[in-house]
Amino acid sequence: MGSSSSSRNKIPNAQELMDQTGFSSAHLLRLYDRFECLDRDNRGYLSPDDFEAVGGLAMNPIGGRIIDAFFSSGQDTVDFSSFVRILAHFRPTDRNRNKEGTQQELPNSRTRKLKFAFQLYDLDRDGKISREELLQVLRAMLGLQVTEEQLQSIAERAIQEADLDKDDAISFDEFKKSLEKVDIDTKMSIGFLK
Amino acid sequence: MELFFNPFDNLVCILLGISFTVWFTLLLVFIIVPAIFGVSFGIRRLYMKTLLKVFEWATLRIERGAKEKNHLLYKPYSNAIIAKEPTSLEEEIKEIRRSGSNKDLDSATEFELSDIFYFARRGVESIMDDEVTKRFSAEELESWNLLTRSNYNFHYISLRLTVLWGLGLLIRYGFLLPLRVTLAFTGVGLLVFLTSVVGLLPNGRMKNFLSEKVHLMCYRICVRALTAIITYHDSENKPKNGGICVANHTSPIDVIILASDGCYAMVGQIHGGLMGVIQRSMVKACPHIWFERSEVKDRHLVAKRLSDHVEDKSKLPILIFPEGTCINNTSVMMFKKGSFEIGATVYPVAIKYDPRFGDAFWNSSKFGMVSYLLRMMSSWAIVCSVWYLPPMSREEGEDAVQFANRVKAAIARQGGLVDLLWDGGLKRAKVKDTFKEEQQKLYSKMLVDGLIQSWAPLTD
Repeated sequence: MGSSSSSRNKIPNAQELMDQTGFSSAHLLRLYDRFECLDRDNRGYLSPDDFEAVGGLAMNPIGGRIIDAFFSSGQDTVDFSSFVRILAHFRPTDRNRNKEGTQQELPNSRTRKLKFAFQLYDLDRDGKISREELLQVLRAMLGLQVTEEQLQSIAERAIQEADLDKDDAISFDEFKKSLEKVDIDTKMSIGFLK
Repeated sequence: MELFFNPFDNLVCILLGISFTVWFTLLLVFIIVPAIFGVSFGIRRLYMKTLLKVFEWATLRIERGAKEKNHLLYKPYSNAIIAKEPTSLEEEIKEIRRSGSNKDLDSATEFELSDIFYFARRGVESIMDDEVTKRFSAEELESWNLLTRSNYNFHYISLRLTVLWGLGLLIRYGFLLPLRVTLAFTGVGLLVFLTSVVGLLPNGRMKNFLSEKVHLMCYRICVRALTAIITYHDSENKPKNGGICVANHTSPIDVIILASDGCYAMVGQIHGGLMGVIQRSMVKACPHIWFERSEVKDRHLVAKRLSDHVEDKSKLPILIFPEGTCINNTSVMMFKKGSFEIGATVYPVAIKYDPRFGDAFWNSSKFGMVSYLLRMMSSWAIVCSVWYLPPMSREEGEDAVQFANRVKAAIARQGGLVDLLWDGGLKRAKVKDTFKEEQQKLYSKMLVDGLIQSWAPLTD
């Protein structure tokens, strides 16, 4: 009948995904619809140009880096489960989770969120944000609105503040430390509707 | 001697002959003749009311079924997955920093590592739900209209409902679809034939009169071929000669809907095949504006032909869809300014489809024209409202873009649609860099002010 309805049966490994990401089945369905909508050629996976077609992302100064975050493992296609796993980083932290639990760490834990943000800075994935990488991100966020000197001084200040072991780069632990008071949960979370 | 036909065959032939005649007569009396004269028996409205009652019942059954099983229904009430907060860049970044440091925030607006959170979040939000892409997928419904294509809650359908659905399937595909296809062929065939005939007459009042009648009649047959139930509002504002009629665009059916109530000169590219045949014969009866593929790119040529047509007061008003592409009827996107530069009076028209009966939106990336038409013809009905808005002209000191936006706002308001700034072409093309620059400007403004403040002591 040519129906385009989606049902839980269409999503591969739905239960597994729900357990690993913490999304409810209703959310998963919605995300699947969204995935299909972005996948304009109906190939079953997304490629970088599908992301680039999203208006809000194209006008985001670090849009390119966010897209890279989806393709981090060197492949150039994203299937639905990888798509959902990345988006799961932005779920609000579940406050009433069993803290002693032997459950695996969910993508939306504080550490995982910080790791995601860290990787937006750390392009070559060597575990450190070098001065060069910081300059690149700043350039992306500020465009041509600031001069080279202004950019250098901003980067200099940021590294001085965060770099504790004075190796002229910011490691993940230093990154975590400098942001320890920031309310990551609210700022790196997206309000999902019930 | 052998008999060629035995009595049984004879009987079957007679029965077939009778049923065919009866069917054809019914068709003629109830559909084609009213179409010719523009009269309506009201059958379609009765049909519409009955359908609505059935749909309500169906939805209630599903909800009841879900409640029994104690599950949450997948409620397609809105297209939103997430709640977006409308805070500005500056507010958000200050918020992030406030929670992260003990410094007095108003004076220390310098770069912090946490600033990236804002951009990351906004970016991922737009991946999940952005204003533009969601306008290009079909609108979601609250009640179920017995079409599989718009149902998400399969597991809650009871036996009774399945039977009803099956019946609906039978009626739609077994009865309505063949009927509509016949009508469609009749309508199109008559259009081609009669316009060619009228085209043989010499130019003059008679020809115009006949061409008008012929066009109206054929479009009305096509309207019945789709079982379109249209309500026209404010017909006193109907477009007049020498004007340009602009409307929001949801599907190719918009043309049929508007043209069955008034005569317009169409604008478009010449296609090959059946469309081309129809176009060529239409232009024999009255002047339409068809462009060759090569001419479409030349904006000056297009503008010249349009303004020539408009200046000749004996020619029909032009029908244009300035969005340039089909939108899903929940919003109106940016109007291309070409038709607003010509300087003629603009007659805006708002078209709003009622999605309860069948989704009329043509998602050209998902369905081709033929499968789209088949979907349309196997839906229950197409119900829509057309509002003719009062004519508008470009005012002193207003440029084409502002004028276009003014018209767009009026159409959106009347049709109850969201007025968006985005370009429909974004569906295919990439966003212009100016939007990105805006974001960069806002952010840098925050930082640079802070920088200047921190540098000030050094320059003393």
